[in-house]
Amino acid sequence: MSTIDLETARRVAKLARIRVPEADLPQLADRLSGIVTFMEQLNEVDVDGIEPMTSVSPMRLKRRADGVTDGDMQDKILSNAPDAREGFFAVPKVVE
Amino acid sequence: MKLNALTIAEARDALRKGDVTSVELTEACVTAIDAADALNAFVHKTTELALDRARAADTRIQAGNAPDMCGIPVGIKDLFCTEGVPSQAASNILKGFKPEYESTVSGRLRDAGAVMLGKLNMDEFAMGSSNETACYGDAVNPWKVDDRRLTPGGSSGGSAAAVAADLCLGATGTDTGGSIRQPAAFTGIVGIKPTYGRCSRWGVIAFASSLDQAGPMTRTVRDAAIMLGAMSGHDPKDSTSADLPVPDFEAALTGDIKGRKIGIPREYRMDGMPSEIEKLWADGAAMLRDAGAEIVDISLPHTKFALPAYYVIAPAEASSNLARYDGVRYGHRARLDAGDGITEMYEKTRAEGFGPEVQRRVMVGTYVLSAGFYDAYYNRARKVRALIKRDFDEVFAAGVEAILTPATPSAAFALGEMADADPVEMYLNDVFTVTVNLAGLPGIALPAGLNSAGLPLGLQLIGRPWGEADLLNTAQVLENAAGFVSKPQKWW
Repeated sequence: MSTIDLETARRVAKLARIRVPEADLPQLADRLSGIVTFMEQLNEVDVDGIEPMTSVSPMRLKRRADGVTDGDMQDKILSNAPDAREGFFAVPKVVE
Repeated sequence: MKLNALTIAEARDALRKGDVTSVELTEACVTAIDAADALNAFVHKTTELALDRARAADTRIQAGNAPDMCGIPVGIKDLFCTEGVPSQAASNILKGFKPEYESTVSGRLRDAGAVMLGKLNMDEFAMGSSNETACYGDAVNPWKVDDRRLTPGGSSGGSAAAVAADLCLGATGTDTGGSIRQPAAFTGIVGIKPTYGRCSRWGVIAFASSLDQAGPMTRTVRDAAIMLGAMSGHDPKDSTSADLPVPDFEAALTGDIKGRKIGIPREYRMDGMPSEIEKLWADGAAMLRDAGAEIVDISLPHTKFALPAYYVIAPAEASSNLARYDGVRYGHRARLDAGDGITEMYEKTRAEGFGPEVQRRVMVGTYVLSAGFYDAYYNRARKVRALIKRDFDEVFAAGVEAILTPATPSAAFALGEMADADPVEMYLNDVFTVTVNLAGLPGIALPAGLNSAGLPLGLQLIGRPWGEADLLNTAQVLENAAGFVSKPQKWW
């Protein structure tokens, strides 16, 4: 049985950009361990020489000309923003 | 008969004859919806919009040549972006989000004249099998046999409850691992997940892009054929949408399945499967044989690995798709403390906005895609997925035209019953349905009987890629033979 320790749980939460309170980490680690153990059944399968599946239907993706097909809708794009100013999305300071 | 209880086919024909108007149908549904708040199926009602569209549909029908769905009142799963109408995938992170655009599938229905009654409850981001992860609270199954409130299944639980309770004539659902077929089975209705690429995913809030497909949920197979036809077709805005002609699905319902070879996969006979479901399955096979089909035993050897492969691939894709919810462009943004920078904004926003199951799946996906684990989990799962698809390819190459299985391992369970269970136990609900998503095939669930407690049980038919027309025809033969006519007793 695979176990995910507290440090791994903390790291995964950080990578996923989800704040998890320190007190909740043990339960999170426990639940993640259960799921990962479930996934490990896949180790029973012989996958030698098998290509990973990359497309669901065997068809080539369509190509189109690399041209502008849409645009000029700044108001619509910003209409759902939590904070928009002067035609831009506004966020907290990114660079000190 | 109440107008809201008509099938789509009956309503279409009555509209053509002038026996009823779309406004009358719509008003009957609105009355039923307003009396069904206990089911918590409709979470955003669009009554004014519906009546406007119904009036427009009546004008169009009078002018002649209106499409089949014109004037038909339907519900739309909250996963579909609908212009100017809240669309939040049952998540607090999209609270207040009103798209400036319409998803291709709901847009096709709108353009065909269908009347949207409102948005339907679902599991948050379609992650769940019981509709208990929704920010709106649980949707409730109209079927009830004792004092317990039952789940309508998930993730399309609101769609299933609404159709089963006659709140609308049909509803859209989406299916990533069984989210149309499992709730259809739990509520005694019909639900089809078409071949991957049949319906455009554009404007459908993404969960796992290589698995997600939209489909109709209706009270009959004929209605599913009619509604699927209106939802299907190539869309340049979805690069995985197939540029193939859409057959006339309803015209394919000939009732003739003589000589068709239907496979019974031995790996779907699970240990501990309830005898009622075993019997239902055997009865279904006998009905198809009586109708002239040839029943053959088949093997899909990698079936038992479908669930673990799915629960690697779906969270991996979800963790990538859900990275867009960062509090910048739409939806919720956490209140920040003095000195908080952009990373704190992301972390607090996502912790507040995502519910526990979504957080868990995003983190599982992050884990399996992270350096050092990518090959061990994600790539291995994609290889197993290739083997699962090969199992189906080989069976179809041997002449099998459809596959019959149970739809779910049990009838509907009680809301709250799984609250303390391990997440993996909930995942087992998808055991008969996920293979179909992994292989990109069409699958349909239809009601075939009641269990000893009086709850509906469903069977699933799986078809060849792009073979929805044949699949619907076989399903209708089974529907007619099973003769399922039970309806939930109104308690709400």
